[in-house]
Amino acid sequence: MNEIKALILKDIQLEWRNKYAFNGMLLYVVSTVFVCYLSFKLKVNQIEPITWNTLFWIILLFVAINAIARSFTQENKNRNIYYFLLVRPENFIIAKIVYNFFLMLILSGIGIFIFAAFMGNPVQDFALYLLAVVLGALGFSACLTLMSAIASQADNSSSLMALLSFPVIIPILIMLIRLSKNAMDGLERSNSTDEILTLLGIDAIVIALSFILFPFLWKT
Amino acid sequence: MRKWWWKILGAVLLIYTAFQGLAGIVPRQPILNETIRNVYFHVPMWFAMMTLMSASMVFSIKYLRKGNIDDDIYAMSFAHIAILFGMLGFLTGMVWGNFTWGDPLPKDPKLIAVEIGLLIYSAYFVLRGSFDDEQKKARLSAVYNVFAFATFMPLVWILPRLTDSLHPGNGGNPAFGRYDMDNQMRMVFYPAIIGWILLAVWITSLKIRTELLIYKKQEI
Repeated sequence: MNEIKALILKDIQLEWRNKYAFNGMLLYVVSTVFVCYLSFKLKVNQIEPITWNTLFWIILLFVAINAIARSFTQENKNRNIYYFLLVRPENFIIAKIVYNFFLMLILSGIGIFIFAAFMGNPVQDFALYLLAVVLGALGFSACLTLMSAIASQADNSSSLMALLSFPVIIPILIMLIRLSKNAMDGLERSNSTDEILTLLGIDAIVIALSFILFPFLWKT
Repeated sequence: MRKWWWKILGAVLLIYTAFQGLAGIVPRQPILNETIRNVYFHVPMWFAMMTLMSASMVFSIKYLRKGNIDDDIYAMSFAHIAILFGMLGFLTGMVWGNFTWGDPLPKDPKLIAVEIGLLIYSAYFVLRGSFDDEQKKARLSAVYNVFAFATFMPLVWILPRLTDSLHPGNGGNPAFGRYDMDNQMRMVFYPAIIGWILLAVWITSLKIRTELLIYKKQEI
């Protein structure tokens, strides 16, 4: 437990010391939203709710892939060997997932407000939509952390990262879009329990698998 | 004889299936008409694909436990032939859909799931291609294989249940009894499944043998 805490704190400190990476992610969110604003809102000033929803999740997906792809490449190889001697691999991946979860929470939290500010806010049940965002942050971070661990071993890691993660993340993305669509239309909450449970189930599977499989990646 | 009796069994079952499929007596259903014969060919493709994917995952796990490179070749070959059977299932489904739904590629959750599945396994092969070191390639792709299998399964088994699907037995409680089959068709359908699975395993065993030979030749 202490190990996990120390690892998370270490990641936060690293992030804090070179803020340009985090600011870069923020700028990425803002500029993609602004591009959407320019292309959808400025001239025609109309956007279908479905397009609104899908755009938001696509932006988040790309932000997540870019933000999490760094998680194993930002430190140099020798230091990874040092960690290898120091901590258990299970703790390492859990710490990374938790840290990425917080990172995604912050980025998607800021993202949704900027997006709503620029593109208008057609969401009727905003609390449920935020729940979808939280579940999305959990699913993205759990799924992408392992993928970035795999991709970081290759030479062309950034393109491999996108290639590996897209098909794997689609099930989560489909459920997220469906859940957030329910929230948008302001349907009864009880209608969405199916989606929430499935999402939690997929998240649990993905986290458990990362926990089991990461030690095998760690050996290299 | 002890080693290859199943090949004869598979061949006999497939001859029986082909004969029954073309000339056997089938019930006359509205819309389906004679195309119901495709159930002997289209559906078993998916059973074969699922079997091969599961086998591929089992060998990946075996590789991760033991580190024997032969297991990796087994896993790779099973995945390869699984893609082949996925393609075949896709094609037979397109022919069938063309006549019953009036569209070879309608919007259907099962079709989307399978397209994603083929994407996932294509990504698996791209991942394999991007490493030169054998053990590293084997370990990373084994990890990805297990992970991909686990995210692919909810996609195929759960998501189509949650939405309406054109396929029978979906959008509600799925059951084989919902296929519009009578007992006479079942007498062909079940042997057909076994026959196609045996054929798929047979093809894979040939593939494994050539791959092992290629590997040995490289070793020298």
